Amino acid sequence: MGAPLGSEPSGSNQSAEENPSSPWIPGYHHQSWCPPEWRHRRGGRGPRHWRLKGPPHRSSEARVLAGVCGGISESTGIDVTLVRIGFVLLTLGSGVGILGYAAGWLLLPLQGETSTIFSRAITDRRGIRLVIAILPAFVVVQIVAAGLHIGYFGAFGWPVFVATGMVILIWRNASEKEKTWINHDLMPMLHAGDDHRGRSPLVARIAVGIGLGVGGLLVLILGHPSRAALRPIGGSLLVIAAIVVVFGPWWLSLVRDLMSERQARAMADERAQMAAHVHDSVLQTLALIQRSADDPQHVVRLARAQERELRSWLFEGRPPGAIGEDTTRLAEGIGLLQRQVEADHGITVQVVVVGDCALDDGLRALLDASREATVNAAKWSGAPEVSVYAEVEPGAVMVYVRDRGRGFDPDAVSPDRQGIAQSIRARVSRFGGSVAIRSSPGRGAEVELSMHRQETSR
Amino acid sequence: MSEEGRPRVFLVDDHAVVRAGVRAELGAAVTVVGEADEVDAAVEMINERVPDVVLLDVHLPGGGGQAVIAGVMPHNPQVQFLALSVSDAPEDVIAVIRAGARGYITKTVSGEELLDAVYQVAAGDAVFSPRLAGFVLDAFAGTAGAQTVATGLDPELEQLSAREREVLRLIARGYTYKEVARDLTISAKTVESHVSSVLRKLQLSTRHELAKWATDRRLV
Repeated sequence: MGAPLGSEPSGSNQSAEENPSSPWIPGYHHQSWCPPEWRHRRGGRGPRHWRLKGPPHRSSEARVLAGVCGGISESTGIDVTLVRIGFVLLTLGSGVGILGYAAGWLLLPLQGETSTIFSRAITDRRGIRLVIAILPAFVVVQIVAAGLHIGYFGAFGWPVFVATGMVILIWRNASEKEKTWINHDLMPMLHAGDDHRGRSPLVARIAVGIGLGVGGLLVLILGHPSRAALRPIGGSLLVIAAIVVVFGPWWLSLVRDLMSERQARAMADERAQMAAHVHDSVLQTLALIQRSADDPQHVVRLARAQERELRSWLFEGRPPGAIGEDTTRLAEGIGLLQRQVEADHGITVQVVVVGDCALDDGLRALLDASREATVNAAKWSGAPEVSVYAEVEPGAVMVYVRDRGRGFDPDAVSPDRQGIAQSIRARVSRFGGSVAIRSSPGRGAEVELSMHRQETSR
Repeated sequence: MSEEGRPRVFLVDDHAVVRAGVRAELGAAVTVVGEADEVDAAVEMINERVPDVVLLDVHLPGGGGQAVIAGVMPHNPQVQFLALSVSDAPEDVIAVIRAGARGYITKTVSGEELLDAVYQVAAGDAVFSPRLAGFVLDAFAGTAGAQTVATGLDPELEQLSAREREVLRLIARGYTYKEVARDLTISAKTVESHVSSVLRKLQLSTRHELAKWATDRRLV
């Protein structure tokens, strides 16, 4: 399904973030240099509500066909899978599910659109005429079903007919975007397995499918009276075989697509992390080596240390430049950070830590990002001292990295610069934390990092 | 103050190298009236020479910095103490402050900062290094109003005001008093009065948590 199982729509979290419930310092927001990001994530998850969470619509993300189930799930808070199961059950029972789905498709606006397909369909005269034209076909089916005493078909008849009519209207009046979707989703169902080498495999498949299906239905309906037990089983097996023959290749290709998509995402993630690591270690060291080119001993020392670090990363799996892995407590980690940066960069790191707590993944990322901020300050600010202040609050951990160096204009730094973008900001935001940078040329810089934490013992 | 307006300073440290270093850094801006390397000698000489400011090492053979303060205070309350230490152990720092020192700075400060601190202390102001500010914030953390009411402590003394916390946080982040003042758009004098008030609370507070906190920290 690949859909965010949306019992907790993302909207509610965002609104909590934009609403700083209690900044720890009253009146602090008024300071001109205080950017709006500097807020606490005290939002937390609210209790489940079953009331409507927005106008009913069709979801463009949680979507298998038209996004009706996803939309219902998003506006009611009911799990999307449950909604889907409900529709399938309704369909199997009497065909009402298909009808309901088509009605939803027709009457609910797509997320981000204002008009419904229905509002366009009522002016579509040709479409309406087409729908009326299939009415005789429906009547014929009903008569035949009645004649053959197949009540089952009869019961299915009217919802399927109405739904067919709706689908015709939908198809004629859907927006371009939606037509592309439908093409994209439904066409592979017909073409899957034939690799665009002509239609003969498809025809063969459909023929075999129809053969099996009709055979199965015949067995189900007529059967040999003397083999009463065999009838339902054999018939069902044949029908299932028919479905598998027709739709199997499509399902396979769907699963394949899903897996390759997931793999691609994992690889992109991996790449980002690797880039951050390489930046923290190798690139930083190379920059240091360039700066101390006239001190061969220092260069050798740096190169050796880097080599050791790189080896331990490649062969022992210890991420370079990460201090979060070496300790389990925040205060200890900050101390480690201090020693590392002081040793590598020959500056003083003034550390003040208020409170302490155990590290979780988010705080480890915070620690690594803080180290990166400190290294940045050590390298570029030109100041002999960098202050690091960490404070553990009930709901969050704040770290401030401050220098009195040459400063820079944060807006002038291109947003893709690796140091700030990947190593600091991306690292922290991956775990829901935030970063704010305050600096101006000539007046030093301060990087503020915050990460929420579980409220447990200090 | 000495005749030229330069503070008269006395050095107490058990390391001769440190004393020489501090003396050199202070230079001609102050008058160094003596040095001592252990508690008894220090108490005796300070009571005899009555300097304006005593630069006091926290760790001293024979009872530590607080023993010197205890020996001088009753006789010469006008002598101001500035704790100067490499020690980062909060229990030592808090003990010296509670004994009556007007401030605490680490030995890593620059000569200029050291001089500023001496002048501030000589003028009766409190001197908070980032580290001390951090210690105090830590020590006073989690003091809820209800708690002090329940234990019958004076809430005025047992907790920091919001503004005081604000000031301490900025100091802990490495801001100078001047920068704190600019940041909060208050005067430098107001910053100093906040800091002095914090110092008073630190010294007069009867919170047993303060002592407990210090011993807890040793275990970390």
